[in-house]
Parts: sequence; structure tokens; C-alpha cells
Amino acid sequence: MSRTTLDLWVGFFVAVGLGALLFLALKVGNMASSNSGDTYAIHAKFDNIGGLKVRGAVKSAGVVVGRVTDIRFDPEAYLAVVTINVDSRYKFPRDTFATINTSGLLGEQYIGFEVGGDTAMLQAGDTIKKTQSAVVLEKLISQFMFNKAAEDGGNNK
Amino acid sequence: MAKNCWKARCAVANGIAQALRGLGQRVTSRIWRLGYASRFFLAILLHSGTALRRLHLTIREIYFTGVLSLIIILVSGMFVGMVLGLQGYDTLQRYGSTEALGVLVSLSLVRELGPVVAALLFASRAGSAITAEIGMMKATEQLSAMEMMAVDPIARVVAPRFWGGVISMPLLAALFSAMGIFGGYLVGVQLIGVDEGSFWSQMQASVDFREDILNGVIKSFVFGIIVSWVAVFEGYDAEPTAEGVSGATTRTVVTSSLAILAADFILTAFMFTGT
Repeated sequence: MSRTTLDLWVGFFVAVGLGALLFLALKVGNMASSNSGDTYAIHAKFDNIGGLKVRGAVKSAGVVVGRVTDIRFDPEAYLAVVTINVDSRYKFPRDTFATINTSGLLGEQYIGFEVGGDTAMLQAGDTIKKTQSAVVLEKLISQFMFNKAAEDGGNNK
Repeated sequence: MAKNCWKARCAVANGIAQALRGLGQRVTSRIWRLGYASRFFLAILLHSGTALRRLHLTIREIYFTGVLSLIIILVSGMFVGMVLGLQGYDTLQRYGSTEALGVLVSLSLVRELGPVVAALLFASRAGSAITAEIGMMKATEQLSAMEMMAVDPIARVVAPRFWGGVISMPLLAALFSAMGIFGGYLVGVQLIGVDEGSFWSQMQASVDFREDILNGVIKSFVFGIIVSWVAVFEGYDAEPTAEGVSGATTRTVVTSSLAILAADFILTAFMFTGT
């Protein structure tokens, strides 16, 4: 086999291999969407974060506006402190309401921002005051069952 | 009576000593071989200047190890992805979360199956060929002839094959993963009818470039070093007979496959720790 054909084949092979890597990076991975653009960090304290994970999504109106970057436990207040990096293109009012939601019945958990009406905006390093914890399914079921049992007890009397 | 007893005891002691000696011999020879292989590895690195300067030597080896392995890698990647699509769908539908099929297929391919299966195929397709080639060169005294002509066989023959394998392996693994994801897409979306949008979007949401894809590439790079190293070493160390070459070829496949799986465990333990 002549050297030019050999070079052609190897060039083709390397190009296809790099193309596959690019496909993995852009189409399969989140390289395209994870804009490493400017972000600002805000904090939020929750009673219970449920199954929230670092790198979890932060959504407002269903659109991803940031990512969870850190989850710590505050040993004095006994609360979970979640650090969120919000895309600096988006500003949120100071009275934004942060909730922990679940996508689907068994899907992963994310933080949802419900926007308030304050004119002052959240600055980097601010802490969100109003939060709602994750819904723990077991607690919900047990509450429902206790209520049901109490109702039945009342009817019997 | 006492004398007999003494004799019996002596025989037992001799037997034990014999067994220990055999064990010791085996262990030292293994360790010696390992040390020889490490020295050989260093020699390849030191002599790889020629392989990189006269690039066409390495390009020729990339053709033989990489381009000629394309078909087997692409076809097996496709089939592995299709099987993952079928099996994953079967399991996921029990939990009513078939949209996660894309995540399952892509994560298992990019993190594990892509690098590992591609490396195993590479070891049996290209590694064995490298060993057989170098072993035959040794058996037909081509390597000695080179030395006579003051051509270093490590620089001229071994190093280009080593680097050819190391360069080909990550590309082949990436192709395997990409092809597998395409196979999973064919079965999952086209054949079974999982929603196409959620297939891709959930995949993109949970596959991280640095955590998953780059770690997979690092894995395949390490496997490439292991397979190429074992292959050239076994070939260079082969007994210069037909029997010796065939034994060396078998040892290449067995040793590099075991080394790949062991290294995979170690790398996985370091890379994917909780969080």
C-alpha cells in the first residue's frame, strides 16, 4: 500500500475518532448547555432538602437558570444551606420563593424559583428568606393515614 | 527404629524444602519478569524519539492497529448499544421511567462499556497481531539483523507499534461509545418508540463532560498503554520458535484482558466515588 493511501486512511480514522468524541461532548454530554459564563452565588436555607444533589438544576418557570454548587449542614441552626450559582443574565427579586420540587414521580429533585414582587434584586452572597422543603413521600402518606384513622374514629363515636 | 524415624522426618523436611524452593523460584521469576517488563517500558519511552520524529512509521502502525480494527469496533459497538436499549427498556418500563433509557445507555457506554469492551476487542484484534509480528521477527532473526546494522530494534520496531496502539485506543473507544449510543437510539426510539426528545434531553442533562466523558477517555488511554505495552513486551520476549510465538500471543490476550479489567476497577474506584 502506498504511503499516500496509508496517510489518507489514518487521517480518515483520526478525523472520525475525533468526530465521535465531539459527538459525545456536544450531543450526549452537557458541554454545549453548560455555559461557563458569568454566574453569581446565592444561598438558601432549607429544613429538609430531600434528595437534592450537587449539580442539581435550578429552574424558574421551568427554565434552567442555575445549578446547585454546594450543600452544607449548618450545625447551629440545624438547617441545610444550599449554595446556588445563578446565571448572571437573570435577576430575581429579593422575595423570591425557593421550593424543592421533583420532576415526575420518581425523577430527580430540583430547586424551583417562584418570583415575588419586590423591586430590589438578589445580589451575590444574599440568602433567600422564604423556602419550602422537599416533600417527603413517607411523611405525606403517614399524615394522610393518621388523618383517615382519626376521621374513622370520630365517625364511630 | 530410631534411625528409621529420623530418616522419615528427614524425607518430610526435604519434601517441604523442595516445595518451598519451587514456590520461591516461581515468585522470583515472576518478579524478575515484571521488572524486565518495566525496564522494557522505560526503554520504549526513552527510544520513542525516532517513532515520533519519523512519523510515517507510527502512522503505518496506526493504520494496522486502528483503521483495520474499525469494522469490528463499530459493529460490536452497535450491537452492544442495541442490546442495552432492549434490556434497559425491559427493566425501566417496570418503574415507568422509560424516558431514562437514553441516560442508561449513554452512561453505561461512556463510563464503562465503551473503554472496557473496546480495549478487550483491541487486545484480541490488534494486540495479538503485534505480538505475533514482533515474535516472528525475532524468530526469523530480523531483530538481530537490525542490531547488526546498528539499527535499534526498540526504536525502529517496538516504539512505533506501542505509540500506534496508544493513539488508536482512545479514538476507537470514543467510536465504540458513539456507535453504541446510536444503536441504543435505533432500538429505543425507532423500534420501541421511546419519546425522542426525552431520550436526548435527559441524556444531556445527566451526562457530564468532565465527570463522565473525559474520565472515559482517560480510561481508554490507560488501557491503550496497557494493551500496547503487554503486546510489544510479549512479542519481544517470546521464545524464538513457532511454539514460543503462539504461546506469547495467547499470553498477550490473557494478560492484557486481565490487566484491563483490574485497571478498570482501580480507575473506577478513583474516578466515580459517590457524590
